[in-house]
Amino acid sequence: MTRIRDLIRHFGLPRIIIGLFLLLLFLVAPFVGVKVSTSLSDTLNRFGMNCVLVLAMVPMIHSGCGLNFGLPLGIISGLLGATISMECQFTGMTSFLMAIVFATPFALLLGWGYGQLLNKVKGGEMMIATYVGFSSVAFMCMMWLLLPFKNPTMVWGYSGSGLRTTISTEGYYLHILNDFLSIKLNEHLTIPTGMLLFFALLAFIMWAFLHTKTGTAMTAVGSNPVFARASGISVDRIRTLSVIMSTWLGAVGILVYQQSFGFIQLYMGPFYMALPAVSAILIGGASVNKASITNVVIGTFLFQGILTMTPSVMNSVIHTDMSEVIRIVVSNGMILYALTRKTEATR
Amino acid sequence: MSALKITKGESIKRFVANNLVPLLFLLICIFGIPLSGYSANYLISEVIVRISRNAFLIISLLIPIMAGMGLNFGMTLGAMAGQIGLIYISDWGVVGIPGMVLAAIISTPISILLGWWCGKILNMAKGREMVTSYIIGFFMNGIYQLVVLYGMGSLIPVRSPSLVLPRGYGIRNTVNLAGIRKSLDSLLTIKLFGITFPIATVAIIALLCFFILWFKKTKLGQDMRAVGQDMEVARAAGIQVERTRIVSIIISTVLAGYGMIIYLQNIGTLNTYNSHSQIGMFSVAALLVGGASVAKANIRNVFLGVILFHLMFIISPMAGKNLIGQAQLGEYFRVFVSYGVITVSLVLYEIRKKREQGYEGARLAAEQKESK
Repeated sequence: MTRIRDLIRHFGLPRIIIGLFLLLLFLVAPFVGVKVSTSLSDTLNRFGMNCVLVLAMVPMIHSGCGLNFGLPLGIISGLLGATISMECQFTGMTSFLMAIVFATPFALLLGWGYGQLLNKVKGGEMMIATYVGFSSVAFMCMMWLLLPFKNPTMVWGYSGSGLRTTISTEGYYLHILNDFLSIKLNEHLTIPTGMLLFFALLAFIMWAFLHTKTGTAMTAVGSNPVFARASGISVDRIRTLSVIMSTWLGAVGILVYQQSFGFIQLYMGPFYMALPAVSAILIGGASVNKASITNVVIGTFLFQGILTMTPSVMNSVIHTDMSEVIRIVVSNGMILYALTRKTEATR
Repeated sequence: MSALKITKGESIKRFVANNLVPLLFLLICIFGIPLSGYSANYLISEVIVRISRNAFLIISLLIPIMAGMGLNFGMTLGAMAGQIGLIYISDWGVVGIPGMVLAAIISTPISILLGWWCGKILNMAKGREMVTSYIIGFFMNGIYQLVVLYGMGSLIPVRSPSLVLPRGYGIRNTVNLAGIRKSLDSLLTIKLFGITFPIATVAIIALLCFFILWFKKTKLGQDMRAVGQDMEVARAAGIQVERTRIVSIIISTVLAGYGMIIYLQNIGTLNTYNSHSQIGMFSVAALLVGGASVAKANIRNVFLGVILFHLMFIISPMAGKNLIGQAQLGEYFRVFVSYGVITVSLVLYEIRKKREQGYEGARLAAEQKESK
């Protein structure tokens, strides 16, 4: 009995409930006429789409900057990279890689500024991060209208200026990672190998980085800044570095998301994109100041699994689509749970 | 003499630093008004409409600030309660002032319950109340949708078919509040220079202002200020910190519910699933524009904030159109400014807090040196 209780405590009750719920959905699915292979394929696909964005949470949590509600800032860098790459008419793999190349200076610059700002407001990072994200999205709304893009697939047809709200990535980098080495198991089940490999690569780099000297310093800053300063670590520099990494990963994450999704969403598109990523990593068992790569993988899988499965299963069972409500309640409930856990907060 | 001059210069600098946000807004408005090309009469009457519409909601934010809980983004909970009240009076067909009063009566217990729950959660997340209350707003939005979109008409009885979606349950996206539309605003009006003043609404807002002023002087109000200053000291002085904090959130939620009813009677239609979602953000932004901070806000901030913030809101689409030829740009500009203002105020507050802590530390160190 105590062993079970220990296990539950170790694994986290919400995570078990959500895991069981997902399992239940998968078990019920065949009986209500939902194809498990299609659902599994969708879940894998959405896992691949979102996991880099979730991975972007890790560095900032490690350095004690809290949950990165300012993820839209990274997403904006990614969007700038994507649009510039398309403006230059790169196609295929080159366009994807060039998008990353173009996004990088923006991510570094914005991330640096964002990091400097967060260093000035230690303790109140999360609220300010949220509003930095919001105001940057709103600022870019104006920029998308004004920036001199010319590519006819991207700008409004009738006025010839101002970017469209959604831009198709078809002909540029649509499914560039999805189709790379993809394995078709049967008609309904395809494994997007390239996308998963790309994530694995980034996750490995992140894992390796956290084990270098700088990575260990980052963990030290996150768990005890006073101690870290006493051992000669420049707290502010490490924190800035972590914010830059988060921002850059956010930029790459949105590019991975777009190549699978097929559309670039501009204007208010990135507005609420931080919340799903935040709740995914929390569902994976991370807390406000502790996160690992495993948390990212488990969390993204559980969260995206529920998002994929609930609409199809619910629709077949009670003939109403409650998935949106369930998404809101689960994701925000998870964030609330993490914010109110005291023991973790004063670690 | 020279010393005096420096203090004068410093005091100006200090005034600017402390009122950076309102001054910035004043500047935007001064530049924007001629660009928009609106007449003074139009602007004044619009601003008066906005004051009567929004002031009550914004005042509901004051009490949690007093209790040191920051900006209560959880006021959306109250707004939801108010909306549920309005849905019911539309269902029962109660119109006019009695309808509004009934809606307020229905909203009160819901607000109290939600506020109590919100306060409980915020007590578990001390030190990050704002971000938590912000997420609570999102979370409750999910529950609200569950109740209104799926529960009403199936589990919770709703009689009138004009309210219910064609599928048989769930409330329609827009509820026409024709029955109570402007019933408070047009109860008593005075027309001066072609501008209509809604005396009844203004009177209610004034009443609320007096209530806030009176409340600050009561035992509970003093307790709240003590809790806001320092929780540990307040606890040592025998104040029930947790309870006081919960009460402050409950009052704020209930007031937000009433505020939402006043707001919607002016608008005249209820967007069942959208009306409440933006309210928290706009109210907070308006309060901050008025020069309030996370730790300090008063009634003057509310009115200055409503005037400046909504002036910007009215003029920016037109100014954007006349300046660049795109009204859309002005729309985005005002969204950007709303969020930007909140960001800047939050950052300034945190920096100031840190500076004060540093100053306090230096003072303590100096004292210790002296005593040695």
